Amino acid sequence: MRSGRFAAGVVGVLLCAGSFLSNGVSAHAQAPAPPGQALAFDRAKGNCLTCHDIKGGDSPGNVGPPLGDMKARFPDRSELAAIVFDETKRNPESVMPPFGRNLIMTRDEIEAVVDFLYTR
Amino acid sequence: MRNSCTALVIVAVFLAIAGAPPVTADDATNPEATFKAFRAYFTKKFPKLALNDFVNGPYSMDADLRKQWQQIEELPPYDFAIERGKDMFAAAFKNGKSYGDCFPDKGIGIRQNYPYFDEKSGEVITLELALNRCREANGEALFSYVKDEMASLTAYMAFTSRGKPFDIKVPNDPRALAAFRNGERYFYTRRGQLNFSCASCHVQNPGNHIRTEVLAPALGILNAMPIYRSEWNSMGTISRRFVTCNSQTRGVPLEPQDEEFRDVEYFLSYMANGLPISGPAARP
Repeated sequence: MRSGRFAAGVVGVLLCAGSFLSNGVSAHAQAPAPPGQALAFDRAKGNCLTCHDIKGGDSPGNVGPPLGDMKARFPDRSELAAIVFDETKRNPESVMPPFGRNLIMTRDEIEAVVDFLYTR
Repeated sequence: MRNSCTALVIVAVFLAIAGAPPVTADDATNPEATFKAFRAYFTKKFPKLALNDFVNGPYSMDADLRKQWQQIEELPPYDFAIERGKDMFAAAFKNGKSYGDCFPDKGIGIRQNYPYFDEKSGEVITLELALNRCREANGEALFSYVKDEMASLTAYMAFTSRGKPFDIKVPNDPRALAAFRNGERYFYTRRGQLNFSCASCHVQNPGNHIRTEVLAPALGILNAMPIYRSEWNSMGTISRRFVTCNSQTRGVPLEPQDEEFRDVEYFLSYMANGLPISGPAARP
């Protein structure tokens, strides 16, 4: 009974959050940072901005391409995750650090970064 | 079969990117051919840049930075190091001798000849190493290789050599060729948690930005040494730059003046033959 009410509460909150997010511009200003953004922008973790321009990040570098329109560019999520994990596997000359292979980020952290990139 | 195909592709891509022949055990080391390919890669990548401008690193690559640099040069932050180095050079050791006694031409206008391959000891001698060996031979304590006194001494020696083209020789001696090849190999080898080689930044990406920083071209990168780096708030030597590079790959740095570092310096300086000494210099 108790857990059922709790579950209903959670669903309610999620629905609220959904409508909140879908509210567009006014909601955008108050929305919390998408999951994975902190990891992507953390210099000790993804540090993506050192080389990539990403909407919402300051002082980006340009060693790699801008990261926008990501869902359209990478419809296959596993492909994007594989690039973050170890792009040198696909392109040996890539200078992108192999975040997964060299244990800079865990698989879960990489998945969170991919979640975030799909919002850009 | 698949592995050999992959290897072929890697070699082909390497050739295209690095512009230098990959070194394999059965390759005869040919510094002259490597020099030509290296030079051609950079001049092709930056066709509008005057050859002698490569020694100005990031300032040769970015118009805004160049303007800032011209202002910096009105009151150069490395001036104190030149003055201090000059005083140190003039002062006598406890035994009455001085630095000038350890070098050809009393140490004036000779920076462009370092590093050189010493056929007696069979190793590469850099200017920093020669300075500490001079101190040692005269009963003086060694200086740290990375900054302070060593940066002042090399700043003064570079200053008296400004405009003189690098004139590095690789004699036809198997040990010298091995040192050159070892330096080249080190330069192109990936290392550290971030998996960067020296070439990842300074051959593949010169002129590109990491955050707001502009990556310098490998061609001419040592002509400007030592440097006053704003990021350091102080002077730094070639040793300091190499150690910092190692750390920036999130790797364990070699010791300053490690044989491998000296070999890299040998390789890079030879690649810059003909380009003028511009040090000491300022960098962001």
